[in-house]
Amino acid sequence: MAPAAPVPAPALFLRGAVALSGRFPLLAGVDLEVAPGEVVLVEGPNGAGKTSLLRVCAGLVPLASGTVRVLGGDPADVRTGVRRRIGLLGHASHLYDDLTVAENLRFAVRAAGAPVDGIGPACERVGLVGRLLRTPAGKLSAGQRRRVALAALVARRPELWLLDEPHAGLDASARGVLGVLVAEAAAAGSTVVVASHEPELVAPLATRAVTVAGGRVVADRATPRPVSTAGTGVADVA
Amino acid sequence: MWRDALLVGGKDLRIEARSRVALAQIAPFGMIVLVLFAFALGPDQSPLVHAAPGLFWVAVLFSTVLAVQRSVAVEAGDATRDGLRLAGLDPAGIFLGKAAAVGAQLLVLQAVLAAGVLLLFGARVVHPWLLLGTCLAGAVGLAASGTLYGALSAGVRLRETLLPFLLLPVVAPVLLAGTRLWQSSLAGGAPDAGASWMRLLLVFDAVYVALGVVVFGPLTEAA
Amino acid sequence: MTTIAPPADPRLAEGAPATGPDGSARLRATLWTLGVLGAVSTGATVWLGIWVTPPDKVQGNLVRLVYLHPGVAWVALYLAFGLAALASLLYLWPRTRSLVWDRLAAAAVEVGVVFTACTLISGSIWGRPTWGVWWAWDARLTSTAVLLVLFLGYLALRRVPAEPHVRARRSAFAALFAAVDVPIVHFSVLWWRTLHQGATVLNPTLSPEIHGSMAWTLLLGIVALTVDFAWMLVVRYRIGLLEDRLGAEELDRAIDARRAEGGAA
Repeated sequence: MAPAAPVPAPALFLRGAVALSGRFPLLAGVDLEVAPGEVVLVEGPNGAGKTSLLRVCAGLVPLASGTVRVLGGDPADVRTGVRRRIGLLGHASHLYDDLTVAENLRFAVRAAGAPVDGIGPACERVGLVGRLLRTPAGKLSAGQRRRVALAALVARRPELWLLDEPHAGLDASARGVLGVLVAEAAAAGSTVVVASHEPELVAPLATRAVTVAGGRVVADRATPRPVSTAGTGVADVA
Repeated sequence: MWRDALLVGGKDLRIEARSRVALAQIAPFGMIVLVLFAFALGPDQSPLVHAAPGLFWVAVLFSTVLAVQRSVAVEAGDATRDGLRLAGLDPAGIFLGKAAAVGAQLLVLQAVLAAGVLLLFGARVVHPWLLLGTCLAGAVGLAASGTLYGALSAGVRLRETLLPFLLLPVVAPVLLAGTRLWQSSLAGGAPDAGASWMRLLLVFDAVYVALGVVVFGPLTEAA
Repeated sequence: MTTIAPPADPRLAEGAPATGPDGSARLRATLWTLGVLGAVSTGATVWLGIWVTPPDKVQGNLVRLVYLHPGVAWVALYLAFGLAALASLLYLWPRTRSLVWDRLAAAAVEVGVVFTACTLISGSIWGRPTWGVWWAWDARLTSTAVLLVLFLGYLALRRVPAEPHVRARRSAFAALFAAVDVPIVHFSVLWWRTLHQGATVLNPTLSPEIHGSMAWTLLLGIVALTVDFAWMLVVRYRIGLLEDRLGAEELDRAIDARRAEGGAA
């Protein structure tokens, strides 16, 4: 627990979370708590439930039983407004193929109620410049689509970042940018949960590693505190 | 709610402006339906004039199914429906925005089809305002009920075949009211009971718009 | 801070209530009572309708359809549809949300479709000799046909496989959307018909005069068909219940298997 401040409400709280797809249990009883400012790496084999865990936290998948609280609210209930404070970078980029990159970003940022003047800087950060902004999203490569989705995420400035295999399809330079962006977000007090098969890319940033298997959390350990996020007042991890 | 509706409706119309699906595919389809009806009824002008209002509304109903399917398909690629939910948009706003976009496209389709009916079938308009009002009220009802059924069928496998089956019987009153009101506004039709048909159309509009605003959230969330 | 304690047993929110053993015993008893009542009243109606009541002056033996047709129509158009709409609303209302209502709505519609089809068929059989046509664009006939299509759409939607609560929610909404349309369809078809031309099919001279034994048989027929409907409803409900229970058992096994994938338990 953080010694200086009163105990912060967890950014993420799951208790006995069961989520179903048809008759198949995506999550079979997940217990997890993440304090604000933590950077958590979620590991696990294919089909372990990592993606489902993040989708539950983003409010896309309702729970069949158990509890989920994100930033103090139920993400499955749109009226709580917590979804505007969550950013999910998933397998899909949520782009309309007929609209240009700039139009897509403008819509995504305005829809989330964030100021549009954050778009320009965000685009520059992820290397979306010039003609690319006026290109219809349908003409982009898979990696470029990921960059657009990342730019939308940065421009939205969410308090909770949920990154699902964020490195997939990105080239070396974009991976470098992603690392910096995550570190900056954590330094600014955002909570980051990263599901990844490439722990070596995330490990330098993560304060904690959680292993998921069979739709449950099976291991949870603190990782050595990275230099880049030191001094941000992140709560200790037992 | 209104802000989200404007945002979503504007987005859908912008997509239509870029892709021209309604104008380049659905409108010609509606015209083909009209021409096929003309082939089926023979070259004589008089049965065509008599049937014009009904043929117009049948063509509009078929076009509505296509427009709704397009509206659903826009949110199906690259999981953009999830994108709308992740952004935390008000579901009532999403409903109104998408319905307004479908309604606007239907008005354009109606204009094209009306021109076709008047030119090809030689119908003459006596009460243009009644004609316009009927088109407007019909578009609202079809867009609202269509968007509602589109959302209902969105996550369902086989939605392409299911949607017309579910939607068309429900919008039958629009066909009946629209046809009767058009008969009243075209030359040769008896101007009977126009007010009660218009009331019926408006009740249909009000019921499905209200239903959409109230239930679109529970309908699309937790899918 | 993080616990890896064994999680609370994840029972599905509403797998339990209706699946208790006493529930099924009560169902079986209801089934027997309704079955016996239905058989007796239906038998009595058939006996009265065919052998006791007299033929009509104008329609002859054809009039005996009056003991069947109105009862079937009453069950199909009011009882089945009303019950389905009510059960769907009760499912959608958060405080009464339970798969019980979903099963009831599904059963009511499925049995209702049979009764609606019977209404149209018996009406058609009656119409052919009296009106000279199998089908007439009469207001009641037309709106009944639209209702049948709405019912069939609901069943088609139910056939799409989905998780029980997803399917229940989707179906309940479909029922709701269709239900609000029914009065509008009714009025539109009524005006469409009456404004087009005067009613010719329901010629008052053909309407049978009903009195004495005929009235009692007619009434008994309605009661018998209502009981038959209730019996079919409970049978169908019970099948749905058993299906759901089987599904819930599979789910428990699936959750155990899923946990075993993780190696920890």
